[in-house]
Amino acid sequence: MATSAVPTERAISVTVNGTTYDREVEARKLLIHFLRDDLDLTGSHIGCDTGNCGACSVIVDGTLVKSCMLLAVQADGARVETVEGLAAGDELSKLQQAFTAHHALQCGYCTPGMLMSATALLRANPSPSDDEIRKALQGNICRCTGYWNIFEAVKAAAE
Amino acid sequence: MTSTTIAPEKTEQQQEEWKGQNVPRKEDWRLVQGQGVFVDDVKRHGMGYIHFVRSPYAHAHITSIDVSKAEEHPAVYGTLTGEEVAALTDPFFQISSVPGANVKDYALAVGKVRFVGEPIVAVVAETREAARDASELVEIEYEPLDAITDARHARDEGVPTIHEDAGGNLMWEGVYEWGDLDAAFAEADKVVKIDELHFHRFNSTPLECDGALVEYNRGVGQWTIHTNNQFPGFAAIMMGPAMRVGLDKLRFVTQDIGGGFGNKITSHPQLVACCLLARKLNRPVQWTEWRTDFHLSMSHGNERWFLETEVAVKNDGTLLGFRTKALDDAGAYLRYEPLGGVIWAQVTPGMYKWQHVRVDFTQVATNKAPVSPNRGYSRMQHLWFTERMIDIVAHELGLDPVEVRKRNFIKAEDMPYTTPNGCVYDSGDYAKMLDIALELVEYERLAGRRAEAAAAGKLLGVGIGSTLDSGTNNFGQSRLINPELQFSGNNEVATVKLDIFGEIVVTLGTTPQGQSHETTASQVVADILKCSIEDVHVRSGHDSYWNSHAGFSGTYASQFAVTGLGAVKGATEMLRDEILKLAGVVFGGVPAEALELAGGGVRMKENHEAFLPFMACGAIINANNAGLPEDLDVTLNCRYVYRPPFEVPDVERKYGNLTLTYAAQIHVAVIEIDPETGSYDIVDYAAVDDCGKRINPQIVEGQVMGATAQALGAAVHESFVYDEDGNLLTPNFYDYHVPHALDMPPLKTGYIESPSPFTSLGTKGMGEGGGAGIHAVCAAVQDALREHGGAIVWDSSNPYHRVWEMLNDPSKGAHVQVSEA
Repeated sequence: MATSAVPTERAISVTVNGTTYDREVEARKLLIHFLRDDLDLTGSHIGCDTGNCGACSVIVDGTLVKSCMLLAVQADGARVETVEGLAAGDELSKLQQAFTAHHALQCGYCTPGMLMSATALLRANPSPSDDEIRKALQGNICRCTGYWNIFEAVKAAAE
Repeated sequence: MTSTTIAPEKTEQQQEEWKGQNVPRKEDWRLVQGQGVFVDDVKRHGMGYIHFVRSPYAHAHITSIDVSKAEEHPAVYGTLTGEEVAALTDPFFQISSVPGANVKDYALAVGKVRFVGEPIVAVVAETREAARDASELVEIEYEPLDAITDARHARDEGVPTIHEDAGGNLMWEGVYEWGDLDAAFAEADKVVKIDELHFHRFNSTPLECDGALVEYNRGVGQWTIHTNNQFPGFAAIMMGPAMRVGLDKLRFVTQDIGGGFGNKITSHPQLVACCLLARKLNRPVQWTEWRTDFHLSMSHGNERWFLETEVAVKNDGTLLGFRTKALDDAGAYLRYEPLGGVIWAQVTPGMYKWQHVRVDFTQVATNKAPVSPNRGYSRMQHLWFTERMIDIVAHELGLDPVEVRKRNFIKAEDMPYTTPNGCVYDSGDYAKMLDIALELVEYERLAGRRAEAAAAGKLLGVGIGSTLDSGTNNFGQSRLINPELQFSGNNEVATVKLDIFGEIVVTLGTTPQGQSHETTASQVVADILKCSIEDVHVRSGHDSYWNSHAGFSGTYASQFAVTGLGAVKGATEMLRDEILKLAGVVFGGVPAEALELAGGGVRMKENHEAFLPFMACGAIINANNAGLPEDLDVTLNCRYVYRPPFEVPDVERKYGNLTLTYAAQIHVAVIEIDPETGSYDIVDYAAVDDCGKRINPQIVEGQVMGATAQALGAAVHESFVYDEDGNLLTPNFYDYHVPHALDMPPLKTGYIESPSPFTSLGTKGMGEGGGAGIHAVCAAVQDALREHGGAIVWDSSNPYHRVWEMLNDPSKGAHVQVSEA
C-alpha cells in the first residue's frame, strides 16, 4: 500500500461535559465515533448512516447538532454536551424525570438524542407550544413510543 | 381512558398489589442517563471491526473472489470468504419440508448471490474505517443472472431458478381447508370475488441495527456472543449444528437492545461469521450493522398476495366462508420461513364466525432480502386480509361496515371459542371494544363531519381495523409445515434467589427490547414476597451462564406476560415456600401454615414479634448453615420452567390449539383526503386494547401507542420497494420514511380487561396490535372514495400517489365481482 502524503491524524482538544480531552484523531473521524470509540462516552447512539435519525444529537457550543454530521476535528476547541452530562450527580434533570414519569421511552436507544434535542429546545424556549415541541423533535426518530408520551414529557418539564 | 396517569408511590404497609399499578420503570434510571449497555457499547482490548462486502447484484454467479489486496492492507487482521465458510460449517438447518428443505444457506454467499446486499466476504481491521477501506480492495467477479422480484411470476416458464438445490422457486405449499366450502357457497346468497389483494413489504426498522461482539476462548473451545439477537434459543439451535459444536460452546449475552420487533431474530448467519473470525484471528471481533445494510439485507416483513378470493355471504351480511390463494414472497433465503405459512392460522377466522375456510398457501423465493418475523408476524397479513373482505363485502352489498362486523363478531358469551381449525380464543368482547373505539371518535357525529370536510374541499373517510394478538406459541404448529420436525409446546425460565444479605435476585431467559421486563417482573415478585419492588433486583438482559433459559427463551411473539411472568411467579412461589419452611425450623418447628411473609421477612401469624428478616434467611442458608436438619430441602435459589398446556396439533387435519392467549385491538381511523393531490391527514384516531389483566397499565398503553405508530408508518409511507433488477429503492431513512414527530395524528386510547382463564395471572401477551391500524387506514381511504369513483383499496400500502391514482382512475383499485350464488 502506498502511504498518502496528506497527514491523516490531527491533534484536537475538545471539552465534553466539562472535561477537556486532548487526542490525536483521523481527520475523517466523525464526532459521534470520537465520542463513542475514543472517549467511551457511549450514551450518544447511532441509528442511521444518513443524518436522519438524531440518536447522536449533542450540543456543541450551545447549538444542537447531529454528531454524525460533524467531523471530530471540526469540534476542536469546542464545548460539547452529551446525555452523560444532563444529570447533576444522582439528581436527574427535570426532563429526564419527566421522561420516566410519562413513559416517554421504551428501548431507550433514541432517548439520549431526544433528551438533547428537548434540552436545547427548553433552553431556547422555556414555554414551547405543542406545535413547537413537535417541530423541535422532528429530527429525532423513535420507533417504540409513537412520540405521544415524549410530547407529554417535554410539556411537563416545560411547565 | 385517554390519559396516562402515574400512581402515587406505594409503601410496603399498603396492602394493595403492585400488579396493576403504574410504577415507574426500573430500566429508565440508566437509560435516561445514557448508561444503558447496547451491543455497540461493548469493547474488548485488541478487538477487530468487521465489515461485510455485499453483493451489488440481485442474482449472479460468483466466478472469482480475490482478497489478497485487502489482506495486505496494513490495518487488516484478516478476512473470511464463503469458500472457508462452506468448509468449516454445514448449511443451516431448514425448517421447511421439501423443496424448501433442500435450500443450502450459509453464513456467507457460496458460489452465487441471490439478493442485493447479500454478504460475500467479511473483512476485519483495526478500525471501522479501515475495515470499510479494505473492503473496497476485495475483488469479486460476477456473472449476472436475471432476477425475480415479483412472486406472482416466480414459477413462470423459463424464469431463472434461485436455488438449484430446490429445483425451482417454490419453497413450500400446503392446503388448509376446514368446514364444508361447497355447502357454504351453496347456502350463500352472494359470492364476492376479489381478484388480487397485496400486503406490502416493510419492517419495523428498530433504531439500533444488528450487532455482536464475539470472543473465542481457545482453551475451552467456547464462544461468548455479546449480541442484540432477540431469540437466543433459536439462534443457538441454528448455529450449533451448523458450526458442528454443542450448545454448551455458545454463550449468548445481551443487556439493552435498541428495539427488535422480531427483526432481530434471524441474525444467526452474521453471528456465525463473527464466531469463525474470532477463532480464525484469535482476537475479539465486533460487528455493527450499518443502517443501509439493515435495510438491504435483514428481516423484511412477509410480503403476501391473496389471489382469486371468493367470499360466501348472505344478503344480510352474514359471512359463511371464504377461499383464497395466499402467495408469500419469502425473499432469497428461508431464515425463519416457511413458518409464516402456518403462523397466520393462529387467527384463521379473525374476530368473526366464519366456519368454512380454504387457504391454498404457497411460498416462493425471490431475489429480494430474506423475510423474517416482524411485529404481528404473518397474523397481521392474514388479519388485514380478513378485514379487507369485510369492508369489500360491505361496500359491494351496500351494508354498513360496523353492522357487518357486529353481525359476525364472535361474542363474549361464546368464549372460550374454538375456531374452525381448533384454536381456542380464551376471552374477549370485540363488540364492546368496537363500541368504545367508535365512541372515542364520536362516530355518531360522522355525517356532520363528512359534510364539514366536503365544504372545505376534503373527502372524509372512516375505517376500522382489528388485530388478534395471539401470544404464547405452540411450536407444534411447525409440524403443519414439516411433519418431521420435533418441536412442540413452549417454555420460559426464571430463577429467583435470596442472597446472603437478603437480596432478592431474579434472572430471566428473555431478551427485552423496551418491554420493561425488569419492572413488571419486580411487580409480580413483590406481591408474592410481600416486599417493595425496590427490594427486587432483576438482572438486565440474558446470559446463558445464568442457567435461566430453555429452548424457546427470548422475547418475541407476545408472550412475556404469560411465559416470562409465569416462570417468575412459579419461581417466586417456590422461594416463598422455602422461606416459610426455613423459618419454621428456625422458630423451633412451627408449621408453614402458622407463618406469613410481611415487611421483608417472615413472621408468625399469631405473634408478629417473632420475625425473621430475609437477610437472616439468606445468611443462614448461604453462610451459616451448621446444625440445620439434614432433610431440610431448602436452597433459597429457585428455578422454575413455565410450560403452557399444549397438545401436538393434528398434522393431517391441520387442527389444534396453536396459541394460548388472544389479546385484541380495534382501531378506528378518520382521515381527510385532499382530492387534488391524494394526500391525506389522519384527523382522529382511536385504539382500544384488551390484553387481559394488565400488570402495568402505563407500559401496556406504551405498547399500544408504539404499535399504532408503526402501523401508521406502514400504511402511509414505509415500503421496501424494488426495481425489476432487484435493487432496493428505499435503503435508508431518506427514502424509507418512518413517522416523525410531525407525522403523528391525535390519538385516543381505551381498554377493557378480559382476564385469560388459561394463564396464572389472567394476563395475555401483547404488543403486536399494530396491524389494526394498517387496515383502519385502508378502510378509511376506501370509505372516503366511496362516493368518488368507488375504488376498492387492494394494497396495504397507501401512499398519497396511490390514493390519487385510485381517485382519478377507480380501475386502479381491486377488481371485484358479485354474483348470485
